[in-house]
Amino acid sequence: MNDLFNSFMTGPDEKGRFGDFGGRFVSETLMPLILELEAQYEHAKTDASFWSEMDFLWKHYVGRPSPLYHAERLSERLGGAKVYFKRDELNHTGAHKINNVLGQIILARRMGKTRIIAETGAGQHGVATATVCAKFGLKCVVYMGAHDVERQAPNVFRMRLLGAEVVPVTSGRGTLKDAMNDALRDWVTNVRDTFYCIGTVAGPHPYPAMVRDFQAIIGKEAKEQMLEAEGRLPDALVAAIGGGSNAMGLFFPFLDDKDVRIIGVEAGGKGVNEKMEHCASLTGGRPGVLHGNRTYLLQDDDGQILEGFSISAGLDYPGIGPEHAWLHDTGRAEYVSITDKEALNAFQVCCESEGIIPALEPSHALAHVLKIAPELPKDYIICMNMCGRGDKDIFTVARHLGFDMGVEA
Amino acid sequence: MTRIDAKFAELKAAGKKAFVSYVMAGDPDFDTSLEIVKGLPAAGVDVIELGLPFTDPMADGPTIQLAGQRALDGGMTLERTLEIARRFRETDDTTPIVLMGYYNPIYNRGVDQFLIDAKEAGIDGLIVVDLPPEEDDELCIPASKAGMNFIRLATPTTDDKRLPKVLENTSGFVYYVSITGITGAAAAKPSDVAPEVARIKASTDLPIIVGFGIRTPDAARDIAAVADGTVVGSAIVKLIEEKQPVADILAYVKSLADGAHSA
Repeated sequence: MNDLFNSFMTGPDEKGRFGDFGGRFVSETLMPLILELEAQYEHAKTDASFWSEMDFLWKHYVGRPSPLYHAERLSERLGGAKVYFKRDELNHTGAHKINNVLGQIILARRMGKTRIIAETGAGQHGVATATVCAKFGLKCVVYMGAHDVERQAPNVFRMRLLGAEVVPVTSGRGTLKDAMNDALRDWVTNVRDTFYCIGTVAGPHPYPAMVRDFQAIIGKEAKEQMLEAEGRLPDALVAAIGGGSNAMGLFFPFLDDKDVRIIGVEAGGKGVNEKMEHCASLTGGRPGVLHGNRTYLLQDDDGQILEGFSISAGLDYPGIGPEHAWLHDTGRAEYVSITDKEALNAFQVCCESEGIIPALEPSHALAHVLKIAPELPKDYIICMNMCGRGDKDIFTVARHLGFDMGVEA
Repeated sequence: MTRIDAKFAELKAAGKKAFVSYVMAGDPDFDTSLEIVKGLPAAGVDVIELGLPFTDPMADGPTIQLAGQRALDGGMTLERTLEIARRFRETDDTTPIVLMGYYNPIYNRGVDQFLIDAKEAGIDGLIVVDLPPEEDDELCIPASKAGMNFIRLATPTTDDKRLPKVLENTSGFVYYVSITGITGAAAAKPSDVAPEVARIKASTDLPIIVGFGIRTPDAARDIAAVADGTVVGSAIVKLIEEKQPVADILAYVKSLADGAHSA
């Protein structure tokens, strides 16, 4: 099965490309920095002491391995496929984000960097970064769109409690992509002491590969756990995609298991149509270059980048990781989209039937499971990544359901 | 030989330093922008850098970000940016124009088509901020083959080991970014710039033009004195943002050009 000449797991190439996607589209000031990062990461990757430090902290600080859980009542309710959740929402800080942050911060410490910067949309990556920086006593600056600072007040307060400086970004339209622009501007300015901790499988090489490798712990565990529980691999994997780090983490170890169907779920917002009120880069965008890599982007006829739209601030990004773009074009993975409305419904179904309050991001993945599971046979196994918990989203959900929480959020 | 090469040969023969100015195409609107661009040569500008607006200018400071937004809000596109060059060329066939921006609008047009259109519009060179030498196959090499200069930025992080790679496919001139930072940030001291220019000059015969953070005629003179010329962008764009009359903007440009030319 793992045929070297026909493997999906050998990318990226030496230019940081997955097929035509990826690359290093950055200004000259940053170029030496990302080459240095690549060299340091390549070294750390094969260093047993790096991974033993990771393993120790994954276990004792993050709480890994996360369980693989058979969602029995949900499966019964759907009346078809057997649904499992990979429960990365049980991690410290409530999402998969910390898997990657830990890796990058350990690397930053090895490189002697003392100041960490990050971008954040919903705030989950910002909180994870602030958390690990607090643990190691590193200075942390988080760039967050001014609009998101307003709608994600609890996470802003968490980051500040953890000692991070949160910089509201007003440039551009004040969203996640603008936060990423400002983080890059900071990095261009503070090249000596600063490490840019990117939260998803996007950006210039080596970030997409490095973040994937750190998140691949999700898929590695899921594979072992599934073999233990069922004695075989799942029939399908389902995960939500903004930039695509939780999905890449789950998918990667299964890429060469050709019988495993792989499905990525993009945020369809109000619907993927010409009004472009969505964040579905693969289903509604086309290839372009932004934030250091070539990938599918939401853009207008002139190549200007459009704003994404989604109920989920964590999926609100007009691009997608380049490896997903490649998996899409090669046909190894399928990509679908789910609307805000469908995600909200799945959110509630999950609460009621499993006693799990999911984040709005995995609610998109779940909504697709709700669509396909009923038609599938009972011995068909779906493994879905429950990549984050929904505590951060209850205000948004309450507003959409017309429930008055009596607080502004 | 491009208009850029000819201009630098002419300046060299006259023993003069170059003054390069940047404005964003379509800022604050198409007509005013064209009027400003048309006035630049008479104000002493040797090379015009024409900004191509982009939604996500990740190497630019607030002044140029806002200029790009104003231009885009006014309906500016790659096509209309080239139209400014075309209209300029109706009355000026010698002042070089360098199109400066980011890759996506060009990639979106298609590199081959873009090069045909840009050349036809009278563009002589390109500065594409997010195309380092590692991505030369994308645009740099096709542009050079099409007879257009591809001008590269060198920065304080471009060390000796890397410098040959940066210079390899560069033509026209080298733009030395004097600080690590974004456009419009604080200026570097001439005493810090001089050894960097000497370092680059040891590896190339191309003219070295220094920019970032220059706002006054004195600063333009002092930086030009230690290089082959100087670039001013944000300080000019700031006056456009303040809606200063075109005559005042061009008078300011002239004061900077006189400063650089007095070096």
